Amino acid sequence: MSLITALARLEAVGTGRAQPTATVRHRHLSDHPLVFVPLTTAGETGAPLGALVGTDRDAPRLLVVPQPRDRDLRFTFLADLADVVLPYIDAYADSVEAAERTETDPETGKRVKVAAELCADAPQLIVPSRTGLDFVRLLGRSMRFRRTVEQDPDAPYPAPPRVPLLGRWLTHYGERARVPGSSLLLALTDVLSRHWATGQSGLEDEHLGALLAWIDPPQGLTGAEAARRAELARDAEGQLLCPPAGPATDPAFDNKLLAPAIERYDRARTALAAAEDPLEADDRLAALTRAEREVRDLVESGTRPTWDAVWRGLDLLRALPEGAHVEGRWTRDRWSFTGHRDRVLAGEPPQPRRDDAVTAANKLATREREQARLEAQEALDDPLVMAGRRLAGEAFAGEVTDVVMAYSEGKRPSPRPLVTVRTDDRPHLAERGKVYRSLGGKPQSAEFVGQEADGVLVLRVLDKMGRGKEPEPGSVPEKGDRVCFTLFEHEQRGGAKLPDPEETPWTHGGPPGEPAPEAPDTVTAEDVL
Amino acid sequence: MTTVDFDPGAAAGRATDAILHDTLHGTERGVVVDSPPGAGKSTLVVRAALELAAAGRPLMIVAQTNAQVDDLVLRLAEKNPDLPVGRLHSSDTDAYDAALDALPQVRTSAKAADLGGLPVVLSTAAKWAHVKVDEPWRHAIVDEAYQMRSDSLLAVAGLFERALFVGDPGQLDPFSIVGSEQWAGLSYDPSASAVTTLLAHNPELPQHRLPVSWRLPASAAPLVSDAFYPYTPFRSGTSHGDRRLTFAVPSDGSGPDRVIDEAAESGWGLLELPARHTPRTDPEAVRAVAAVVRRLLDRGGAATSERAPDPTPLTADRVAVGTAHRDQAAAIRAALADLGVPDVTVDTANRLQGREYDVTVVLHPLSGRPDATAFHLETGRLCVLASRHRHACVMICRAGVTDLLDDYPSTEPVQLGTLVKFPDGWEANHAVLSHLREHRVPWHP
Repeated sequence: MSLITALARLEAVGTGRAQPTATVRHRHLSDHPLVFVPLTTAGETGAPLGALVGTDRDAPRLLVVPQPRDRDLRFTFLADLADVVLPYIDAYADSVEAAERTETDPETGKRVKVAAELCADAPQLIVPSRTGLDFVRLLGRSMRFRRTVEQDPDAPYPAPPRVPLLGRWLTHYGERARVPGSSLLLALTDVLSRHWATGQSGLEDEHLGALLAWIDPPQGLTGAEAARRAELARDAEGQLLCPPAGPATDPAFDNKLLAPAIERYDRARTALAAAEDPLEADDRLAALTRAEREVRDLVESGTRPTWDAVWRGLDLLRALPEGAHVEGRWTRDRWSFTGHRDRVLAGEPPQPRRDDAVTAANKLATREREQARLEAQEALDDPLVMAGRRLAGEAFAGEVTDVVMAYSEGKRPSPRPLVTVRTDDRPHLAERGKVYRSLGGKPQSAEFVGQEADGVLVLRVLDKMGRGKEPEPGSVPEKGDRVCFTLFEHEQRGGAKLPDPEETPWTHGGPPGEPAPEAPDTVTAEDVL
Repeated sequence: MTTVDFDPGAAAGRATDAILHDTLHGTERGVVVDSPPGAGKSTLVVRAALELAAAGRPLMIVAQTNAQVDDLVLRLAEKNPDLPVGRLHSSDTDAYDAALDALPQVRTSAKAADLGGLPVVLSTAAKWAHVKVDEPWRHAIVDEAYQMRSDSLLAVAGLFERALFVGDPGQLDPFSIVGSEQWAGLSYDPSASAVTTLLAHNPELPQHRLPVSWRLPASAAPLVSDAFYPYTPFRSGTSHGDRRLTFAVPSDGSGPDRVIDEAAESGWGLLELPARHTPRTDPEAVRAVAAVVRRLLDRGGAATSERAPDPTPLTADRVAVGTAHRDQAAAIRAALADLGVPDVTVDTANRLQGREYDVTVVLHPLSGRPDATAFHLETGRLCVLASRHRHACVMICRAGVTDLLDDYPSTEPVQLGTLVKFPDGWEANHAVLSHLREHRVPWHP
């Protein structure tokens, strides 16, 4: 935890309210996000119990699996989910704009610009918490290798059409969410705790109700009291007033309400199957519908508070103005969306179960680059974030007290003015260390020459002054200017190109061989319980 | 200088011969050499490079930092001034040590094509990754291979046919600034060390070990070996009487002076401050570190060793301060400047890797902490900090770290398929602390 976050958390404890750690919003928020509040069944990994999903905060679609261990009902749920999610995704796939993309020319090996399509906007998925992200990945993994009847007529338990496709999209979104600064799939607790510091631990911030209680406590309560109420308060029947944001449910809910309701549903279903005449069947069908209704009501009672909380959190975030670099990062998300759209359209197979060596290394390199980019951009966009970097000795702000013109040695002397800055910050500067400031959105670099006195730093400006002998007007700070220099770079260099997967070297196991289409998941004993 | 049953020179010689034999005449594509701290790794790399060059095999050398590359170039030039050497560097300003420009046999360039045909070309892994070749090099030496990441090896492995991988498994593992759990357990996990991936795919490669540390004194080698290399022990190349550290000015009885005397006598000293939870840049501990360094230099220290029978003065360039975090290093630098000590190296464990000093002063990574995170427990960090010295090491630490270790057992999730590293940080920290207790000087500043 950085010093400024620690201070903000202390202040939150002292004042009883979460403290802002950002003055702008550092993540893109779509005007029409798709919110997904899933619940899972205790005791069986990845068995969905139900979900609220939709783009309209007043009219979520409730999907329920009344008997979560029944495979047919699960597939119905997944097919229904696909019916909600896929049209939402498709709506964004067709609206494109012309753009340029850099590609390696296969003949010359040179990087060239080619015209490409870029989706004008991308669908955005919001889940309540980080465990929700994992659940999206799990759903993606469990669906993308399913075979439909058309693909494999003999396989037992064929998946309804569209289910494997939804699996591929959820997998793509789950992977994209691992890229720092991306906004295709967001966990609301992550985004909220990026912008506010509460007086509780990071682990406790994972509870959406408690987190919102700190940020926006109800009248008359402190954040700590409200968070405690959100975590622990129960009604007369022992049920939590603020159910967990899922996907896991509260054990008291499972034991006292859910299990008996599912049990009644099972009995009603068995009874219906055993019905001997139509009249009896009619009655029993009505009983079954009633039992199913009961489970549905329970699932809705477990998800609706979270659903409302998610929208409340989005309102809080929308109140913040968007950071300057957020748009640029969203454009990368749009490229990512467009790329996957193209792979699906081209009929490519689903993402493999495991990355090969080259893909894994490329992904890691991208994410590290994006992480560094995100840290730099957040600081440049937001004085409060920059204050944290200044406090950590990674940046400094101050007033220019003197500018002395100087020139580089060599045949064509270029301007290398010496700028003296007085600052109260204590940057960790090394001799000849590089520092950067933003000049019209582009980084201008300078090097640290020395310290004249405590807090009086001399810098030599190195670039962005034009080609002439005299620096272009406005390119050199003037006496009296307020300046802010960072010790970290503002832009990230691209890494080296890795070999193609078919040229994987012997140190990494050699080429993976011809890509064989991944076999579908085999049917296990658990699948036919 | 030798014990009855162990001749360090002969043992090290045998190991080196076997390594060179496998490198020059072996049939496998790779040879892996584990080297404990100060075991002559650089000497081995230089020797192997010269022999490969003499055998007429074009050689590329991959190191991890520019400082390491420059150091190897200078060592090669010192051993064989006639050997033409290429130094491939980045196009940044000050990309390499200006001392290389004074060497006529060293050609420097930012383009690999300019260095074609030279018997030896050296660069960093990051720069090599940008090089494209039609014909791979016959041989490569990868230095500090345990600090190289698997993805970084992936980027350069296509450049060579065979390679000698040299490194210290006990030092800091490479790290990534983003999570990489999704690849944990894969043999080619891009965030793992290059050697881990190499051996996972090529388990038959010959592995060697340098058995003698020439840097660590007889007082330090057993502790470092037991705590950090329990299954691959090594010995000190010198014995107890070979090295002496004396001070002209007698102790003034203060904590810093008493711990200096203890360290001069036994090789280890622990200056224990009262137990307390502190911020990372604990002002009291920072002042204590600075005070110890100031007194080390003020008291007219002199070191006698097997290298020089006459006492060498203990000057600022022979002393280093090690910390876990950069802000701690910055705070100590500021405190030293206040005391008028400008030239002592103060750096983090990551940057002190591979360096050597007569005396080191270490701010213990867990000092004053309320928790023991994986970062602070990392075995390699403590190992680096505790193995940079030729004579003595002084640790500065708040009391209560043993209790902290017991209160916070390791809670890192277990990943299936990953190689569990032994010893774990918890155990290594306990081993070091229990040894340091015997050299404890409690001090209330």
